Amino acid sequence: MLKRIEMIAIYSAALLVAGAFSAGDASGLSLFNSRNLERWLPEEFAAIMSLRLNQLPAAPADPSNAVENSAAAIELGRRLFADARLSSNSMVSCASCHDPAKQFQDDRPVGQGVGTGGRRSMPIVGLGHSPWLFWDGRKDSAWSQAVGPLEDAVEHGGNRMAYAHQIAAHYRSEYVALFGPLPDLGSLPANASPAGTAVEQIAWQSMDATSRDNVSRIYANMGKAIAAFEKTLRHSPSRLDRYLDAVSKGNSTPQTILSPQEINGLRLFVGKGQCISCHNGPLLTDQQFHNTGVPPRDSMKPDRGRAAAVPKVLQDEFNCLGRYSDAKPEQCNELRFIATNDPHMEGAFKTPGLRGVSLRPPYMHAGQIATLEDVVRHYVNAPHAALGHSELSHLHPEKKPTGKEHLERQPIVLSEAEQRDLVSFLGTLH
Amino acid sequence: MNHSTTGDVPVFPNRVRPRYTKAARYAVPLLLTAMLSACMTPPAELDLALSRPTLQQKYVVAIQPMAEPIAINALHSWEVKVATPAGAPVLRANIAVDGGMPQHGHGLPTQPRVTRELGDGRYLLEGMKFSMTGWWEIKLKVDTAEAGTDAVTFNKVISLPVPVKS
Ligand code: HEC
Ligand code: HEC
Repeated sequence: MLKRIEMIAIYSAALLVAGAFSAGDASGLSLFNSRNLERWLPEEFAAIMSLRLNQLPAAPADPSNAVENSAAAIELGRRLFADARLSSNSMVSCASCHDPAKQFQDDRPVGQGVGTGGRRSMPIVGLGHSPWLFWDGRKDSAWSQAVGPLEDAVEHGGNRMAYAHQIAAHYRSEYVALFGPLPDLGSLPANASPAGTAVEQIAWQSMDATSRDNVSRIYANMGKAIAAFEKTLRHSPSRLDRYLDAVSKGNSTPQTILSPQEINGLRLFVGKGQCISCHNGPLLTDQQFHNTGVPPRDSMKPDRGRAAAVPKVLQDEFNCLGRYSDAKPEQCNELRFIATNDPHMEGAFKTPGLRGVSLRPPYMHAGQIATLEDVVRHYVNAPHAALGHSELSHLHPEKKPTGKEHLERQPIVLSEAEQRDLVSFLGTLH
Repeated sequence: MNHSTTGDVPVFPNRVRPRYTKAARYAVPLLLTAMLSACMTPPAELDLALSRPTLQQKYVVAIQPMAEPIAINALHSWEVKVATPAGAPVLRANIAVDGGMPQHGHGLPTQPRVTRELGDGRYLLEGMKFSMTGWWEIKLKVDTAEAGTDAVTFNKVISLPVPVKS
């Protein structure tokens, strides 16, 4: 404990030193003037322009989902997404945790379905750009992801056999039009799943292989329809996009769109703050996994993140190489070339996109950080990770430089004023 | 492909010398400022040659992306060409691939592999991906029954795409 307090003292000393320096530096708020604001260095200019929404290419096609562009699949998916009958208590739909009125998330620190989960609901807009789904990337497509929560004991809490009966009862004609005839389910149990309760697992084992395959295929097809719908969800341009558009056109009044603080925050985001090195591109994410030392929600059960997810996605019956995928094996390149033994993946989580971020606290994979002020402070403090090693580093003013500092990421040093500017910039992303 | 077989192997071929040794004389804050200004930019002295001899000069290896420019975050392939120092193609080589970002302390986001021998000492390297701009290292270990194992590291700087006109 004492050690911890010492560390904090050291961080604070470092902050003071850094603050004293940046106050006299041209990027400090004190030296703002309107002419300086629009003067972007060539590297800065290229970096800020790369964040524009109109630079986002179309999401790549998912060869494992043959119906993803079908209007009928999109419509069926839209209905399944909001259908609370697809849960053990008839009260939970995807939309319960992915509320269209809240950027398709729920503002809670951890998901609340038929039970309480261990991670935060993710906003799903733009998911077609992400090769790996979930905070730990344990799914390799949107349809394979969608079948996860339906059988998760604390989310929808249902089972694939029950869902197959629901499809036959409520969506028969829509299903048949898209995927062909439904097999006869009349003789099959009401509830059964290889992933469910002990009773459901026994029921599943009692079914013959063909029936099991038929039911799993209906289940996969539900996922494919939901994925087709999800892929239609797009971001709309933000205040930042309007500002960047004005800058790119040489418009004379871009400062009326962003305030001086917000513009300085943008400069810090693409420069000294290093944020863009992980939060890059129009969605402000590299879609990769990083250990950034965010303290676990439950220190007794630290979350291994990506490291634990790699074996799961490789074994998943619904992955791109599995029997329910529509892809040829050589189209499954993400899975074929997945990094299986990268030590940096211990405690690593997917970089979240930042569009709309200021409207959806709390933050991080289990809602551990309540405000954006505290998020930015986290990057400056850069604590050691509970599990694995943080990619971030902090200042050790008491240590003699070894000359090896260039082999790792440099500390993110920001004065209090700069931290405030960065936070105000994060408010321009919607 | 341009094969430079001149033996310009620096003693410390792929790592640039630490840049902050001089600054170490100054007070700590100054040093930190120096480090910060350098953090995002690749070192200026970086050797970007994509054809170079292996460390012990057993082979000369040249690599080339199959398509350029290389888009950030997209899987793509490279061609690797292995020759003897005299320029003869090296066949049936086992090639292991590794790499990462020295300035960020992380490896490659994928696990690329040589999936096919294309003939004439050429090999197909699939599954490469760069997830951010900046200095990446591509490390190859070449092994043949005839000449044994040797290693080479290439530097590649990935830059931002030229903005598309809106
Ligand atoms: C009980 C709340 C809850 C329900 C119900 C729920 N989700 Fe989620 N969703 C979450 C949580 C929590 C995560 C992150 C979980 C993790 O990383 O382990 C998540 C992650 C996701 C992601 C990953 C996004 C990304 O960028 O990686 C998608 C897509 C998604 N959910 C879609 C769905 C769909 C489709 C359904 C309905 C079939 C659904 N969710 C039902 C809470 C929920
Ligand atoms: C090394 C890569 C990396 C860098 C650098 C980085 N981030 Fe992050 N960021 C992440 C990852 C990974 C997460 C999720 C971590 C987790 O949940 O454990 C994250 C989460 C966030 C979140 C929370 C978003 C949400 O929906 O929960 C915000 C806000 C954020 N970062 C802003 C920034 C800012 C501002 C900077 C620059 C000061 C920055 N990041 C630098 C990788 C990075």
